Amino acid sequence: MIKTLLTALMLGATFMAQADDTVKVGFVYVGPTGDAGWTYSHDEARKYVVEQLGDKVETSYVESVAEGADAERVIRNLAAKGHDLIFTTSFGYMNPTLKVAKRFPNVKFEHATGYKQSKNVGTYMARAYQARYLTGLVAGKMTKSNVIGYVASFPIPEVIRGINAFTKGVREVNPDASVKVVWVSTWYDPAKEREAAETLILQNADVLTQHTDSAAVIQTAEAKGKYAIGYHSDMSAYGSTAHLTSAVHDWRPIYLAKTKAVLNDSWTKEDLWYGIKEGVTDIAPLNDAIPADVKAMVLAKKAELKAGTIRVFDGPVKDQSGMIKVKKGASLSDGDLKGFGWYVEGVDGKLPKS
Amino acid sequence: MDIDLITNILYATVRTGTPLILVALGEMVCEKSGVLNLGQEGMLLMGAVVGFMAAVTTGSLFVAVLLAVVAGILMSLLFGFLSITLVSNQVATGLALTIFGAGLSAFLGSNYVGVGITGIEPLSIPLLSEIPIIGKIFFQQDPLVYVSFILFGLVFWIFKSSAIGLKIRAVGENPEAANALGINVHRVRYLAVMFGGAMTGLAGGYLSLAYTPLWAEGMSSGRGWIALALVVFASWKAERIMLGAYLFGAASIMHLVMQGLGFEVAPNLLAMLPYIATIVVLVLLSSDRSKAKLNAPMSLGTPYRPQV
Repeated sequence: MIKTLLTALMLGATFMAQADDTVKVGFVYVGPTGDAGWTYSHDEARKYVVEQLGDKVETSYVESVAEGADAERVIRNLAAKGHDLIFTTSFGYMNPTLKVAKRFPNVKFEHATGYKQSKNVGTYMARAYQARYLTGLVAGKMTKSNVIGYVASFPIPEVIRGINAFTKGVREVNPDASVKVVWVSTWYDPAKEREAAETLILQNADVLTQHTDSAAVIQTAEAKGKYAIGYHSDMSAYGSTAHLTSAVHDWRPIYLAKTKAVLNDSWTKEDLWYGIKEGVTDIAPLNDAIPADVKAMVLAKKAELKAGTIRVFDGPVKDQSGMIKVKKGASLSDGDLKGFGWYVEGVDGKLPKS
Repeated sequence: MDIDLITNILYATVRTGTPLILVALGEMVCEKSGVLNLGQEGMLLMGAVVGFMAAVTTGSLFVAVLLAVVAGILMSLLFGFLSITLVSNQVATGLALTIFGAGLSAFLGSNYVGVGITGIEPLSIPLLSEIPIIGKIFFQQDPLVYVSFILFGLVFWIFKSSAIGLKIRAVGENPEAANALGINVHRVRYLAVMFGGAMTGLAGGYLSLAYTPLWAEGMSSGRGWIALALVVFASWKAERIMLGAYLFGAASIMHLVMQGLGFEVAPNLLAMLPYIATIVVLVLLSSDRSKAKLNAPMSLGTPYRPQV
């Protein structure tokens, strides 16, 4: 107890000494910064903060931190080393973050994709499903076989939400198309992702997308002369012909704003769920293979999402059995979105139990 | 299911099984000589990253495959030096090699993430590839798959009817006796370990140059461990390794295909199977009598100190 107090006092002192001019920001990553996906997108944002704030900010990061006991040690270490603000960027860091935050009340914590906050722990998340919807519009227009393949990781709400938003986009422009989902039970296994893509192509899919972390699906589509849509970051380097666009994350607005808030001493804990409007979720440049009118339509939809005149799950939304789940004029609430446990009409296959 | 779909599934099965066959055959030779190398995952990653880097810088896939093999051999030499010459604990050294290989490959490859290359393309073998069904399954693959067939034949022959095979086995069963017969135990073990390294390096090259032509950290995703399990599962017999690897490949392909066909399967259960099989074999192995029955080298994992 005394030790805790002492640490807190010491940290408080460092914090006050630095409060006016500089801020020390730490990042905990679940993967390597070179994963071309999730962690990469976070590290790009870290670099941007350094670029923007120059010598007012000092950042450090720890990569490939396993979600578990090790995470707590890493986070505690960062806090003890005098970081004023710590971003923990994976769902599994939720409890370790809260635990460490309790012991370091003067350090601010921001946890990505979690749902628990405390006095000095805020959460943030991207409305990636909005970009999914836009890429679904592209897929629906570009498919000729009317079968679109989706390589998915685990049946959790976040992934199901992406599949549903994507399918909603597909069906809006092409009611005859359906989305075939194959679960690979891993976030990351390039070889398995490739086999899943091959399986989908065998079953007639001509546009593919994935909710896994490697670019193997894009590569497979390129090799087989099919189209593909990437996720996490712009994956066009893996298949310039196949790659139509990607649903991407851009954490820069959040990281800059939060770092500035700590600099100005105006930080408050929030539960941010930013999307197209704030620029945290977006689509990569559209491939020239996409006809101009389709491009224009997608960009118009993006503008409407941005303005808030439409929402992805505006009714009527039907489930797989054709039952109306959301009436015309209504929309799904954020709470519903966060707990998605059913497929919308147009998804082919049964939802496995998680 | 129509015949085309089945053919395609089996075609994918061969491709999926290939990296496992390569690693497992190499490790089998290594274990036959009495050395347990748990560093497969690390060597696999080193093979993958070195192969990929070579492909990007030299532009030659042949050189790339060669260097992947060399990377595997160098890693295995490191292991050999520690565990054979310095008589360190094989299990600990092997685990260290895995961690070292994973870290070093990530470090070396950090600038190669996101780079695209044209990988090794399938190459149909004339005549053979025209046999109905069989031709498509086995002879329209990429060249490294054919190499795996040849290497299988080689390893099978070595232990079936060659003096080299007898020497390796003698060293693995009873190194003292082998030594008394004038066999240089350390030399045989070194060569066996290097052969294992070469095979695993090749498998790494297969992953990053043929299977998914890209480099990403940890891209082997546990295949080294599965191959280790496979050796035990196959009770140190080359033909069973071949069969086991294809069975494992078929299981993981079926899990994907069946979903597309609308069947409900528990993917986690399928993923568990090879590990469960290994645990069962390991339990049986823990008694000496069943060890002999299961064909395990008697001195597996025991370092050999020459009597002076």
